[in-house]
Amino acid sequence: MLSIISPIMRIVEIPMLALQRLLGINKLAWVFLLPNLILFGLFAFLPVILNIFYATTGGDNVLLADRPYVGARNFGTLTDCSNFLDPNSCREDKFWRAVWNTVWFVTLQVGFMVGFSLLTAIILNRDIRARGFFRSVFFFPVLLSPVVVALVWKWILQREGVLNAFLDWTGVGGINWLVSADWAFGWSVFISVWAHMGFYTLILLAGLQAIPRDVYEAALMDRSSPWRTFRRITLPLLSPTMLVVLVLAMIKGVQTFDEVYAFTGGGPGTATTFIIQYIYEEGFAGAPRLFGLSAAASLLVAGVLVLLTLVQLWANRSNVDG
Amino acid sequence: MKKKTIYLNTAFAAAFGFAAAAAHADDVRFMCYSDGNECEVYEDVLSRFTADTGIGVAVDVVPYQAILENLPVQLAAGTGPDIAKVTDLGGLNEYYLDLAPHVDRAYWEGSFGETLDWYRGNAGGDGIYGMHSQLTITGAFVNATLFEQAGVDLPAAGATWEEWAAASRDVAKATGTDFPMAIDRSGHRVAGPAISYGAKLFDADGNGKLVDDGFTAFTQQFVDWHNDGTIAKDVWAGQGGSTYQDAAQEFINGELVFYYSGSWQVGRMDENVGDFFDWKVVGSPCGPAGACSGMPGGAGIVGFKQTSQPEKVAAVIDYLAQEDVYAEVTARTKNLPAHLGVAAKGVEFQDASPAAQDALNGFAGALPAVSPIAFQYQGYAGNRAMYGITVERISQAIVGELSVADAMDRAAADLEAAMAESK
Amino acid sequence: MGKVLSFLTATRGKNGKLHWTDWVSYGYLTLGVFLMFGPVLWLVISSFKTEADLQRFPPTLLPYAQETVQVDGYDNPLPLFLMTGGDYEGQTLAQLRRVGSQAQMVDPANPDERLRVNIANREPVEKLHLATENYTELFERFNFLRFFWNSTFITVTATAIMLLVNSMAAFALSKYEFRGRMTVLLMVIGTLMIPQTVVLVPLFLIVTELGMFNSLWGVIIPGAATPTGVFLLRQYMITIPDEILDAARMDKASEWKIFWRIIVPLSAPAIAVLAILAIMWRWNDFLWPLIVLTQSENFTLQLALNSFQGELQTDWQSLLAMTVLTLLPISAVFMFLQKYIATGIASTGGK
Repeated sequence: MLSIISPIMRIVEIPMLALQRLLGINKLAWVFLLPNLILFGLFAFLPVILNIFYATTGGDNVLLADRPYVGARNFGTLTDCSNFLDPNSCREDKFWRAVWNTVWFVTLQVGFMVGFSLLTAIILNRDIRARGFFRSVFFFPVLLSPVVVALVWKWILQREGVLNAFLDWTGVGGINWLVSADWAFGWSVFISVWAHMGFYTLILLAGLQAIPRDVYEAALMDRSSPWRTFRRITLPLLSPTMLVVLVLAMIKGVQTFDEVYAFTGGGPGTATTFIIQYIYEEGFAGAPRLFGLSAAASLLVAGVLVLLTLVQLWANRSNVDG
Repeated sequence: MKKKTIYLNTAFAAAFGFAAAAAHADDVRFMCYSDGNECEVYEDVLSRFTADTGIGVAVDVVPYQAILENLPVQLAAGTGPDIAKVTDLGGLNEYYLDLAPHVDRAYWEGSFGETLDWYRGNAGGDGIYGMHSQLTITGAFVNATLFEQAGVDLPAAGATWEEWAAASRDVAKATGTDFPMAIDRSGHRVAGPAISYGAKLFDADGNGKLVDDGFTAFTQQFVDWHNDGTIAKDVWAGQGGSTYQDAAQEFINGELVFYYSGSWQVGRMDENVGDFFDWKVVGSPCGPAGACSGMPGGAGIVGFKQTSQPEKVAAVIDYLAQEDVYAEVTARTKNLPAHLGVAAKGVEFQDASPAAQDALNGFAGALPAVSPIAFQYQGYAGNRAMYGITVERISQAIVGELSVADAMDRAAADLEAAMAESK
Repeated sequence: MGKVLSFLTATRGKNGKLHWTDWVSYGYLTLGVFLMFGPVLWLVISSFKTEADLQRFPPTLLPYAQETVQVDGYDNPLPLFLMTGGDYEGQTLAQLRRVGSQAQMVDPANPDERLRVNIANREPVEKLHLATENYTELFERFNFLRFFWNSTFITVTATAIMLLVNSMAAFALSKYEFRGRMTVLLMVIGTLMIPQTVVLVPLFLIVTELGMFNSLWGVIIPGAATPTGVFLLRQYMITIPDEILDAARMDKASEWKIFWRIIVPLSAPAIAVLAILAIMWRWNDFLWPLIVLTQSENFTLQLALNSFQGELQTDWQSLLAMTVLTLLPISAVFMFLQKYIATGIASTGGK
């Protein structure tokens, strides 16, 4: 593999060197950025810009040219509420149900996710047998597509699934998991932690292993208790990694869609309908396709996410530029 | 644009020594989805067509989701297949190719009658836009063995929903069966019963109007039956949004006495129930409004305007509409025929057990009871919006997020907003 | 023997004894294996069941099918039942047909005499049966190799492009001081907020305008523009000390060489993680290919997999079998790559 790549890289070096001479080192940064910026501009940024246009137009036509301009009407529809805490008082009650479901979901999911990932990473960082094997085991569910994750758990949790068969057998008695709003919500949190925990565990493990051994040895000399060592040494030294994990987990949590959608379809009722599902159903899956409303909702969500991220980055500003 | 794509594809094939599949650039592309073996059968039948005429047809089998969600966006962007099997019959009308200039109008009108109207959507007129390839009708399956065990007589033809509910409850109680009744989670499925309860579904001008006294009465009854355990909660409360959910598994496992679904389930019942118990099709029960309506439905094959070879597209669809071909496909896919000539002669379904044959004939026999409102609803361009709203709001009432009255208010407001946007 | 013992007990606890924390650790890990693998194992087992077996409750652990027997005078094999009550208790009989709650059965040894029994008095005789037809039918039904090739091509190309482009960008964002750096960084983080699901329609229009509809590139190129990669790699590259770069510059190494010979190798663990993620994303991609690819010669495995979902019915046995088949390659790739992640992480431990 390397034998093919190396010559190519050497050829690339020639124009890059010429550019370096021409532009100077610091401007060369733009050359490094360029391919990414082009891809980004076209396929990540431009769609967002178009989304802004969609958000300010109405109707159910796909092509922007056919859509009448309506100004901020879509935003008005979304935020027409007499009490934001009570979705029933809102014009778009589905939107606000989705918002509050998402808030609860993210709070629980990020908490459990970070907690279990950290616990698993610490255990995997211990001097135990078959570490590679265990590490793979915890990462394995990350490989599954969201649809498969949902399929597997639905298969297990359905009224006639293997879990209920087991509970019947033990005499506890089966529960109709996916028909109860609370259980369905709880299981949604569970499967999303189950499916993504491995990823964060891996990042945290990398962070843990980057902490120099001698720091711990010093702590051992001081007869510091394990809990104190953890709080005073591990956590602070891990904080740059924790920041990445928290930011990503939060963003991905808010964006949870595929697996829960395939798992509960957002039900029972609207108990597990999250914000991306609302956007998807309004703008894509439903009839008629209200692209405007869904684009407006997506911009509101993105705005809130940007704010939250900035707050997190600001709170940890010492780490950002590491 | 298309050229570029072909160029890119050839570049790949050349670079990686991978010849493009059997498909040729001038093939007619047929986007198909299967609820059983439909696409396989079409592919087989059309290969004979290709041998006869030299017109190549490539059948692309996609998930139903692609037809429902993606196809309209592709069509709006001026891309997509030449032919597709669709279910949103009236809603996509603006993209349909009018086959009338290419086919024998008299034959088509004589064979497909009023189903042709379903494809005309809001546009009206007398264009021939699509061939109804499979007719479905909703109706109930009952587990006759459970009735026998419980010593309860099957309610006679013309029995009401309430009589069936009472009988099913008795049977379930006597035999220890989990659920007396279930209805598929779909706005289409409850439309028939709602009409039987007096729902009109349209206002005086022919515009969709979901909520009226009849519809509310049905919803109230439906929610009450969920709350008192007559209807399996799993089906409607186990999902969210407007997701479809059936209860066939429960019925097949003998845990359900009365299952309201439709003719397309016959093949599955036939295959999976096997010798486990006797099942029967009993059509649609009657409502207090006097009607005993089911809901017609099904899928059809349409061509699209943006195709570069309209004659070929018309030729392919016309071939599938020929009586002998249509009869063969119907027999092999175990569907009800929409072709009047085929229906009149009767279909000898392939590999179907006597029970399945009876069931299919039973469904065909229930067609006359279908209310004209149901036919109009099936062809209405806005019906998908109405189905979706029905499912979402009734589900919320079932799980207790909304009262029935609130759910009805919300449903009416939803439809109003949807109609305002899609004008 | 002593060696084996010390191998098994090598832990933090002193004197070869397991500290209680070790017990807890191993307990947790064992539970983890069960929780993480169990469900997938259940999926694999289920994929070998017949449709009737799939729908039954309570489910059996292993796939079963009813045993049948060929009886003289009957063309088709007849299903076997064990009588659990009534006149023929204990006998194994073959069933001819069933009407209501009565069944007509014969003793295979004595096929001329027809017996009538109540269906409550019998239970089916079953044997282990792997429904491999779930798999073989898949290969007969469509061009599996073609789909496999498409998926592989998309995955490999998109991953390669993404890794190169993202690491270049991350290098620029982590190791250079230039005007507009913060703007670009915020842009990257900003796009992180908008998932692809939300911009499907505008993205589709752009891709169609660029002539990539119904082309594998329509899946590959937009897929290469993920902000997560840039973000992850940048956070990692920041931790590489600037002194290494300065030393290389003293040696007159070009910037490209620094990137390629120093930064990339030092970021190997992060790149390996990103590689696995990228492979997984592209391999599992469904919604996006579903809208861009409509012709079966371009279909990926995920599209083929989901074509078993009709409007009204889902073909579960084919769906499960296909799911297992799509899982195999990615599991193999993971087993191969995880070694690199492991060594990669270990090698950063010293820093």
